[in-house]
Amino acid sequence: MRVGPGAYLLLSAILFAIGVAGVLIRRNAIVVFMCIELMLNAVNLSFITFAKTNGSLDGQVLAFFVMVVAAAEVVVGLGILVAIFRKRSSTSVDDVNLLKG
Amino acid sequence: MHPLAQATTQPLPLPEVDWRAIAPELALAVAGVVLLLVVAFWPRAGRGVLAGLTLAGLAAAAALTVWNWDLERVAFEGAVSLDGITRYARAVLLAVGALATLMVAQGDSREGEPDDSPPEVFPLLLFALLGMVLLAAASDLLVVFIALEILSLSLYVMAGETRRLAAQEAAMKYFLLGAFSSAFLLYGIALCYGATGSTNLLEIADATGDPTADGTLLLAGVGLLAVGFLFKVSAVPFHMWTPDVYQGTPTPVAAFMAAATKVAGFAVFLRVFAGALGGLVVSWRPVIAGAAVLTMLVGAALAVVQTDLKRMLAYSSISHAGYLLVGVAAAATVPAGVSASMFYLLTYAFMVMGAFMVVQYVSRLGPPDDDAIGERSSLEDYRGLARRHPWAAGLLAVFMLALTGIPPLSGFWAKYYVFLAGIEAGLTWLVVVAVISSVISAFFYLRVLVVAYLQEPVGDPGAETAPGRTPALGVALGLAGLLTVAIGLAPEALIAAARSAERILG
Repeated sequence: MRVGPGAYLLLSAILFAIGVAGVLIRRNAIVVFMCIELMLNAVNLSFITFAKTNGSLDGQVLAFFVMVVAAAEVVVGLGILVAIFRKRSSTSVDDVNLLKG
Repeated sequence: MHPLAQATTQPLPLPEVDWRAIAPELALAVAGVVLLLVVAFWPRAGRGVLAGLTLAGLAAAAALTVWNWDLERVAFEGAVSLDGITRYARAVLLAVGALATLMVAQGDSREGEPDDSPPEVFPLLLFALLGMVLLAAASDLLVVFIALEILSLSLYVMAGETRRLAAQEAAMKYFLLGAFSSAFLLYGIALCYGATGSTNLLEIADATGDPTADGTLLLAGVGLLAVGFLFKVSAVPFHMWTPDVYQGTPTPVAAFMAAATKVAGFAVFLRVFAGALGGLVVSWRPVIAGAAVLTMLVGAALAVVQTDLKRMLAYSSISHAGYLLVGVAAAATVPAGVSASMFYLLTYAFMVMGAFMVVQYVSRLGPPDDDAIGERSSLEDYRGLARRHPWAAGLLAVFMLALTGIPPLSGFWAKYYVFLAGIEAGLTWLVVVAVISSVISAFFYLRVLVVAYLQEPVGDPGAETAPGRTPALGVALGLAGLLTVAIGLAPEALIAAARSAERILG
C-alpha cells in the first residue's frame, strides 16, 4: 500500500487539533506548553509533506527554522514558568488570577 | 528521477548578501550584543550609561535608515523588501524605541525598591526592536515568522523582568497565548506554502491570480494567517491577553508593547494582506471588516467599565486596533488605505506612549500598593491631579484628547484619513460603526480628565511623596507631547511621506 501525501496532511491536521484542544482544556501550564510544542511539530510535518509535493527544499528548510525557534521558546518559556513556580509552588493556570476585570 | 532527489543534486542557490539593505537591523543587532556584553562584564554600569549606549545604537540605526532612505529594492532573493512601508515603519519604530529607552532609564519605581527592572532590559529592548524592523521589512513568510519570534521572545522576557508577581503572571499569559498564536500563524504559512509552492510574498501574489492553484488550501491558509496576525495586534475575539499583560507588566514595557508591536504588526499585516493576498480581497475583506467592527465596539465598551488606567489604556489600544483594521480592509483596493494606516500608526504610537508616561509619573507619587499588582494606576490616584501636578495633568489632557480624536491634535487627523480611505473603498457602513465607537470612547477618555481636573484629592495631601527627580521621563514626556501637538498642527508633511508607502514592493 502506498501512503499518499494526503494521509500525512491529515495526520498533521489531527495532531494540530489535539494540540489546540490540549491548550484549551488542560490547566497545567507545563502541559499547555507541551501542547503548543505539539502544534509546532504538527506544522513541521505539513511543511515536509508540502516540500515533497512541491518538489522544493523550502519546506524542509522552514522545518529546521521552526525547530530552532521552538527550542528558543522552550528556554524562555520554562524560565518564566520556573520563576512563577518558585513564588507560589503551583503551575496551574487557574492560580494565575491576580489580573482580571 | 524523484523531484526532491533532483533538487538535492543541484547546488543550493545562495542569495546575494546585500549588507546595505539590512544595515539598520545589523546596527541594532550589534548594539544589542555589545550591551549584553557590557551588562555581563561590567555589572556596576549605571542605568545612565546603559541608556546612553542604547540611544547610541538607536541613533546609528536611524542614521543608516536615512542613508537607505531612497533605496527601493527587493534584497536577499525577495526575502527582504525595501519600500515605503519599510522605511516609514523603521523611522517610527526607532523613535518609539528611543522614547521607551528614556522610560526604562527612569526606572519602574524609585531607586532602591526591589521591583526596579534589571539592566538586561536594555539589550532586550534592542533585540525586540530588531525583530520589529525586520518584521516590517519581511517579504517572505519565513522571515515574517523569524522576525515575529525575535520580537515576541524578547517581549516575553521584558514583560516579566521585575520580581513582582503581577509582572511574572503577565509574562506567563503573554508567553502561552503568544506561542499559541504563533503556531496558528505557522500553520497558515504551511498551508499557503502548500497551495502556492512558495513562501515568497511576490510569488504568492502571482499564484493567487492563478486559477489552477488549490483554492481551498490557500483560503484555509489565509484564514489561519489572519488568526495569527489578529492575535498579535490584539483584535477581538483574540484580545483576551491584552488587558492582563498591559496591567501586569512594568509601565515602560507596557508602553513599548502597546506602541511598537502595533506598528510592526500592522506593517506586516498590510504587506501580507493588502500586498501579497490583494487578489483574494473578496474572500478576506468580510472577515477583517467583521473583526474590525467587533474590535472597535468591544474595546470601547469594555474600556468604559475599567477603574484602572493601565487596563483602560489596554482596552483603548484594542479599539484603536479596530480603527486600524478599517484601514487594512480598505488598503487592498484603495492605496490611500496603506498610507492612512501608516500615518495612524505614527500618531497612535506617540499618543499611547505619552499616556503611559503620565501613568509612570503618577505611579511614583505614592508608596507602592500593598497588593501584588504594586503599581499605582487606579483612577483614584488621579483625583485632583491638576491641582497637585499641573504639568502632568496638562499632558494627560493632551494625550487623552488626542486619543479621543479632538481636532487640533494628531489623533483627529489619523482617524480622518483612515475613515476617508474606508469611504473611498466603499466601506461606509464600517466607517459609521467606527464613528459610533469613537463617540463611546470619548466617554472614558474624558472621564479621566474629569477625575484629574474636577474632583478633590482623596486623603491627606501631605502624605504624598515627591516623585523624585525624573529627568529622563520629563524629556520623554515633553517629546511625546510636542509630537502629538505638532503632528496635529501640520499633518500634511507626514501624510505625504506616508503616501510613498502606498506602493508595496511585495
